[in-house]
Amino acid sequence: MPEIIIDGRRLKCEEGETVLDVCKRNRIEVPTLCYHEAIESWGGCRLCMVEISHPKWPGWSNWVTACLYPVQDGLVVGTNTTRVRRLRATVLDLLLARCPNSSVIQKLAAEYGVEDTNYEPRLDGDNCILCGLCVRVCDEVIGVTAIGTANRGASKEISEPLKEPPVDCIGCAACAYVCPTDVIQVIQTPDYRVIWDRTFDMYKCVECGISHITVEQKDWLIAKDNLPADYYDLCDICKRKHTAEKQKELSML
Amino acid sequence: MRFNNIKQLEEHREQALKNQQKVKNTILVCGGTGCLASGARDVEDELRKQLAEQGIDMEVELQVKITGCHGFCERGPIVSFIPSGILYEKVKPKHVEEIIEKTIKNDKIVTKLIYKDPATKKKVQQYEEIPFYKHQTRIALRNIGQLDPTSLDDYLVRDGFKGLVKALGMKPGEIVDEIDKSGLRGRGGGGFPTARKWKSCIKAEGEKRYIICNGDEGDPGAFMDRSIMEGDPFDVLEGMIIGAYAIGCEEGFIYVRQEYPLAVVNLRKAIDILREVGLLGENILGSGLNFDIKIARGGGAFVCGESSALMKSVAGKIGEPRAKYIHSTEKGLYDLPTVLNNVETFVNIPIIIEKGGDWFTQFGTEKSRGTKAFALVGRVNNTGLVEVPMGITLRELIFEIGGGIQKGREFKAVQTGGPSGGCIPNELLDLKVDFDELTEQGSMMGSGGMIVMDERTCMVDVARYFLDFLKEESCGKCVPCREGLRQLTALYDRIVAGYGTLEDLDKIEWLAQDVMIGSLCALGKSAPNPVLSTIQFFRDEYEEHIRDKHCRAGVCKALTRLVIHDECIACGKCIEVCPTDAITGAKKTVHVLDQEKCIACGSCVEICPVDCIKVEPVKVAGEVAS
Repeated sequence: MPEIIIDGRRLKCEEGETVLDVCKRNRIEVPTLCYHEAIESWGGCRLCMVEISHPKWPGWSNWVTACLYPVQDGLVVGTNTTRVRRLRATVLDLLLARCPNSSVIQKLAAEYGVEDTNYEPRLDGDNCILCGLCVRVCDEVIGVTAIGTANRGASKEISEPLKEPPVDCIGCAACAYVCPTDVIQVIQTPDYRVIWDRTFDMYKCVECGISHITVEQKDWLIAKDNLPADYYDLCDICKRKHTAEKQKELSML
Repeated sequence: MRFNNIKQLEEHREQALKNQQKVKNTILVCGGTGCLASGARDVEDELRKQLAEQGIDMEVELQVKITGCHGFCERGPIVSFIPSGILYEKVKPKHVEEIIEKTIKNDKIVTKLIYKDPATKKKVQQYEEIPFYKHQTRIALRNIGQLDPTSLDDYLVRDGFKGLVKALGMKPGEIVDEIDKSGLRGRGGGGFPTARKWKSCIKAEGEKRYIICNGDEGDPGAFMDRSIMEGDPFDVLEGMIIGAYAIGCEEGFIYVRQEYPLAVVNLRKAIDILREVGLLGENILGSGLNFDIKIARGGGAFVCGESSALMKSVAGKIGEPRAKYIHSTEKGLYDLPTVLNNVETFVNIPIIIEKGGDWFTQFGTEKSRGTKAFALVGRVNNTGLVEVPMGITLRELIFEIGGGIQKGREFKAVQTGGPSGGCIPNELLDLKVDFDELTEQGSMMGSGGMIVMDERTCMVDVARYFLDFLKEESCGKCVPCREGLRQLTALYDRIVAGYGTLEDLDKIEWLAQDVMIGSLCALGKSAPNPVLSTIQFFRDEYEEHIRDKHCRAGVCKALTRLVIHDECIACGKCIEVCPTDAITGAKKTVHVLDQEKCIACGSCVEICPVDCIKVEPVKVAGEVAS
């Protein structure tokens, strides 16, 4: 089992883990914006950069993203060195210039001593930091790939295909859920949900009547996972109640 | 026709050689993109037409071949002759009659078409006597311009597939050892030892392996790979087949950039021919090797030249790089072990195998063996494609092969390694060109672009230009590259508009350093090179822009005030070229330039025969309209 040293602490880890996995397990704080445990690591925001060295590579050190760097025995990691803090401050400064109105970015930047951006703020933009979580969750986890990115470089943006309401969207709102800066707008009423300029009818729990899933999402999941047609007739809470009752009955027997 | 074994191939080579020997004269018309653009096809058509009219036997008596790029694009269209070695430059259809009459029929030279050395003013008629060619050592480019790129026979006559034949008699491990011995390093820019890459792919586990040739040459001004793919496609394919045999793979790709249509055409023809004769496909030459190559066309993104982005693109995904903490040799195309080498690396493989690794080590330096092709462009007299041994100095490259700076002006800097290379100043001209020395000076070998700049180049503008290019070409995945380059460009815009402060300059340096460390892929990591190297070597120019509102090269329009001095001879030339009628004057009186009307385009400076129009600082930022 490999052992690595993070900020002076000798820590045991599993083969195939990343530096960030080990940090998280040991409650070593490393900021992230484009990382989510349910989604494959991407290394785009560059906030989780740490400094690494190794006794076997004398005189060599490097800066890598903790979310992607695989552990190897003997690795020495610094999560909070001067250079790392400077890098993070610059990244946050740049993001603050991109999204001057995002409270999430303002707060994080302030933690690294950046109150006002040193760069030219983008005044007409939204709070999207292009972390790509929405696109990735839609593709990797949900499996519909309703949205994507358009253009590249400075003009890159998250976009629906052809900038029209995305036909493949099932209205699950996973994109809005993972968005770290709350950019994706969702309007929720008991009867419908509006997201990406599309309106989705809600499916209601047959027992308590709460809207718990969109009709499209229900149909998609039933087809994808080969579930019984009535699988989503109950909401999670009612389903749990039913299970509890069933267990009670069984234990009575 | 199909070669089922080596013997059949060699028999065919014998036949091709015999056919070749029957031909008395061959006329080679350069068909590189540069010469095609300046009318090589018309010359070829005219030659064929007139020869046919005169009843000259084109099979035996005389062959006309349209070849790959001779590299001397500055002087195109180029027409040369085998066996006499005569080279004509800037040939037009109207010259054809005289060429046939004098050179073909009477072995005489058409004097006006031969090359005149700008340094010595001497006329040079032989190909290999021209300084541009004389100082070159051509290995990767050895066939280009010497054969018809789509003729297998031509390639066989020039020892084509001898490397493969020899390789098939070796064990795969022995091939890698031979490459190891040669010291060959990747020609795409990184300079990673080719043998080590192959070994690591061989060791990696996976149900299959891929081999990819990177032909996505995107650096502005670079065209080495294009010329090779257009002018010697069989060589690239042979290198890949040997590679496939060495690492044990059955499927290969050539990724060719969108902007190279002729390369795609020639490669496709070559692939079709090789499939037909059984040099691609199943059981190649009866050796049991199965291997085929597909062409993947790029979509026009510079970043797709980066290996991981390229593999995404081949797989049909958005071309965005990934972190390479796990190498592509283990997890590359479709997450399977993949060897990716540059076009120029692959063309070195067949000849290394044929002549042996030791033979290759006689060229170049201890750590950078062999030769390197460069696209020598910018303000040199001889622009074009050159191949030189590693370790040659920049001075030799620019002044001997390149023939010095145009119009006798002062050399200022040379940028090596494409848009993200650094600018190397005069005092480092004796720097040896190899992978390590260039990197030490904050530049890089890159794929081999070499842009020469003179006194009329503004170094601030140069850095801004390349930043702007990279800002547009960044994939936008990571923050330092996407946002950092945008902000750097904004800071430069302030400086060239005359509003920069010395604090901005510090900010540029600070941010450039962080973009360098913080970016995900080599595009972002190297993008600050032009910024940091120009600040290091030409800081005074930056300060002039900021403090004195002066662009000494007269390039940054907002910081340029043109003034006509008393040396004016009143020739009126400047009045003629001025697009805004800003200059007035009569005979025998010094001309007058109206600052209100002047847009600082510099046409007058360019045309003035006595250099009396000078670039002077503006007094206030924005004094001259930007």
